[in-house]
Amino acid sequence: MDTKDQPKRAHAPLFSRSPRRAPRRTLRVLLAAGAAAFTLTAGLATPLNPAPQEAKAADGGKKVLTVALAQSVDSLSPFLAQRLVSTSIHRMMYEYLTNYDPKDNHAVPGFATEWKPSADKLTWTYTIRSDSKWSDGKQATAADAAFTFNKMMTDEGAATSNGSFVTNFKKVTAPSATKLVIELKKPQATMAALDVPIVPEHIWKNVKDFSKFNNDKTFPIVGNGPFVLTDYKVDQYVKLKANKNFWRGAPKFDEVVFKSYKDQDAAVAALRKGEVSFVAGSPALTPAQAASLKGESNIKVNEGPGRRFFALATNPGAQTRDRKKFGNGNKALLDQKVRQALFLSIDRKTIVDKVFQGHAVEGEGYIPPRFGDYFWKPSGSQALGYDPDKAGKLLDEAGYKMKGSERVGKDGKPLNLRILCHATDPNDKAIGKYLKEWWGKLGIGLKVDCLDDVSVPWYAGEYDLAFDGWSVNPDPDFVLGIHTCAALPVKAKESAQTDNFICDKTYDDLYKKQLAEYDPAKRADIVKQMESWLYDSGYMNVIAYPNAVEAYRTDQIKSIQTMPTAAGNIYGQDGYWSWWSAVPADGTSDAKGSGGDGSGSTGVIIGIVAAVVVLGGGGLLLARRRRTSADDRE
Amino acid sequence: MTAESTPALVQSADTDGPAQAGPSAARGPRARNTKAYLQYVAGKIAGAIVSLFAVLVTSFFLFRLIPSDPVKQMTGGRRVSAQQLEALRHQFGLDLPMWQQFTNYIGDALTGDFGTSYQFHTPVIDKITEALPATLLLTGTAYVLYTALGIWLGTRTAWRNGSRSDRFNTAFALTLYSIPSFWLGLLLIIVFSVGLGPIPGLFPTGGLESGGESGFAYVLDVAHHLVLPVVTLVAVGYAQTLLVMRSSLLDEMGSDYLTTARAKGLRDDVVRRKHAVPNAMLPTFTLMFVNLGHVVAGQILVETVFSWPGLGGLFYSALSVPDLPLVQGLFFVFATAVILANTLADVLYPLLDPRVGR
Repeated sequence: MDTKDQPKRAHAPLFSRSPRRAPRRTLRVLLAAGAAAFTLTAGLATPLNPAPQEAKAADGGKKVLTVALAQSVDSLSPFLAQRLVSTSIHRMMYEYLTNYDPKDNHAVPGFATEWKPSADKLTWTYTIRSDSKWSDGKQATAADAAFTFNKMMTDEGAATSNGSFVTNFKKVTAPSATKLVIELKKPQATMAALDVPIVPEHIWKNVKDFSKFNNDKTFPIVGNGPFVLTDYKVDQYVKLKANKNFWRGAPKFDEVVFKSYKDQDAAVAALRKGEVSFVAGSPALTPAQAASLKGESNIKVNEGPGRRFFALATNPGAQTRDRKKFGNGNKALLDQKVRQALFLSIDRKTIVDKVFQGHAVEGEGYIPPRFGDYFWKPSGSQALGYDPDKAGKLLDEAGYKMKGSERVGKDGKPLNLRILCHATDPNDKAIGKYLKEWWGKLGIGLKVDCLDDVSVPWYAGEYDLAFDGWSVNPDPDFVLGIHTCAALPVKAKESAQTDNFICDKTYDDLYKKQLAEYDPAKRADIVKQMESWLYDSGYMNVIAYPNAVEAYRTDQIKSIQTMPTAAGNIYGQDGYWSWWSAVPADGTSDAKGSGGDGSGSTGVIIGIVAAVVVLGGGGLLLARRRRTSADDRE
Repeated sequence: MTAESTPALVQSADTDGPAQAGPSAARGPRARNTKAYLQYVAGKIAGAIVSLFAVLVTSFFLFRLIPSDPVKQMTGGRRVSAQQLEALRHQFGLDLPMWQQFTNYIGDALTGDFGTSYQFHTPVIDKITEALPATLLLTGTAYVLYTALGIWLGTRTAWRNGSRSDRFNTAFALTLYSIPSFWLGLLLIIVFSVGLGPIPGLFPTGGLESGGESGFAYVLDVAHHLVLPVVTLVAVGYAQTLLVMRSSLLDEMGSDYLTTARAKGLRDDVVRRKHAVPNAMLPTFTLMFVNLGHVVAGQILVETVFSWPGLGGLFYSALSVPDLPLVQGLFFVFATAVILANTLADVLYPLLDPRVGR
């Protein structure tokens, strides 16, 4: 048998060609060289170029503050951006008519120095500052503000993000460079809380389609805020340079870089390493992350009162704006006594201690305590504190008596409820377990429905209770407005502004009254009456106000403004205070792997590893080559 | 090239026939084989086109099964009036009847237009083009490395079947294969990025670049950022190739032709490399093409852990809204890559193994 035939028949043609050794060996050498080059370049990167890996307070004389971002920037156009990260960046790029005082949130001058309403409450006149220039050197005037608002009023694309601010506007004009006049359709108390970035007309008048222009192609982007945006790479970073001519004074850091981290644990690791100066959670660092950072040298965990409330909402009967009922909410919850009984059997202290692990404050009124002007708490007799016995009595009075281990209604059916929970929120799930236990003792069955997105059953009214929560602005108009009859959907199951289908004349009258009240103290009083009504109704039960938990490197940031000033938060403030006020540290860092010395030794180590890999690989190849050659000669 | 090799085998069977019949007889089977091959290729391409259309239709309905309201999700937590919600729904075409949304989508997609991303206000194609290079760099590098490593180790372990190194390598690869990639990625960040004990922080915690670099410094910077995600992908990925290669080589090892090759006096190393491995490569070759298709899809979890600005991360971000045009566009691109890679494998396979496609 011809031995040469066998391999030929069995081999696939491509591989059965004459055994040319050279290409195969070349391929192997190339692969080895590639791997070695990969390792080597990785190693060389640090000793050659240590600086970009760490956000150092002093980087070649340039002071850079790096912030770890948890979100992608959706758009750099102030007319399109929806996300907190984008709107926070716009706060730094552009001036708003007014700003919020970091101490107590009251309106302070921004682009406007003064503002006042007419006697009939329908015309607001703003005095625009004359000492603000766009970053290209042109004067910023009232005409820019008028252009911004008029564009939002007339162009649907430009209204995408902030259109709700101008729905009550009748006319906006700029009679002079320092005078802006806004005429309203009806009185509106929120005219000093227009969170709209003012853009330069001479740049934006050239934009053809506002619904598609993302403002992210030509740098630097012209603005008049404390920082000028100089560079942006999608899902990687946003760079802002300090505006040395900012009217309030130049920021202390030369540059602020927002760096994208999609995984929060990786962001925490970057802080620990010194790669970033600041990390905020989304919305807060988890208790485990905060605990792991506490005690680390050069790291400060900052915990301030949050702007969110965490609540339990009941379905008061889903309905359209013309009062057509839909959905399948449990009818038992239409009884105020039942709703109040449920809330009397929730131990808020246990939830704060066990679920939030102390990083929250027990809930009371609808507006969190950080907004002192509007914060309301129930009086002793009004409070629905933890009292299971009283809850049982209320349920008895409502006709739901205990039968065995179950609460049974007059129709003989047991009282079983469902609660909508966000599958992505571990707090919802944990609290759901407590509720199941507490309400179970009262004889009420509970099914916790955890979904990735609860909005569909919510808008269909197909729920009994739901975990709810909102971030509150310094002006509470929006979070109060979502419980008015006007917020109800036009058609059943359609998404709408409403939060829980609440529609009540008393509440609506109070809402209208507060919006038309220009006296801050009187307005605050009406807002508190609304909170009191919401509390008594039992429709919204605020369980806790989760704290804002974040951390920064003290070897990179010497000091930074919190909001409120006393023990407040840093990221997502109503204003640019934190980044504008941040003072760089002296530049001495002992972060692991950071700093000049650290990088040097790192470089040496990597260099040695790379050299060993290359030499070892090369030696192995050489040895194999010699052996093969020797074998072939035999 | 190989199309000529195949008739060569046929020709060798005819060498006992009349000499004058040789040339004409040789043209006949070659032409027949070429025609058969072209028919086979046409069939595969037609199948791919049908699959692509099926993917296009599926992608539309699949993501509408997700119970979600994109407009509400995007504007969540912001001050948005009911009129604005309505305007956004109109702007995105979500107020149109389903059948109209479907016909619009198919019509546009056939002209290469996958619409505009809800959240980024950018054409879907632009977003995909923007993120594609980062994914190709990451998963392409990892693909080359884990394929080479898998083939090399698979060959060595099979050849030393039952040895201590075989048992160790197989068990080690299987252990890594079982580890969730995001967990391994986080572990690598803690150990090699932050630094642990005597190990200093060697690599960046995430991202593709530090920013502000250019030229060779930029290349070094990207390579530095590439190390940990690539190591993660290679660690969890090479086991598959190793096992396939090992298994197919083990199947070959008892064959007569290897005994013959040894009997010729060929060195063991040469028998392995020149005779056994080429035959054992065919199943691995299939796996390589399957994996090649996934190079485009990226690795969603690894891209997320290392904040890599590629398609995987983009898909994650699009799904969380859901940003329907972006999700549909990405799904189509991912599926297209897999279908194209499989079709390419189908088309090339008869050239590698003439028994296929007959």
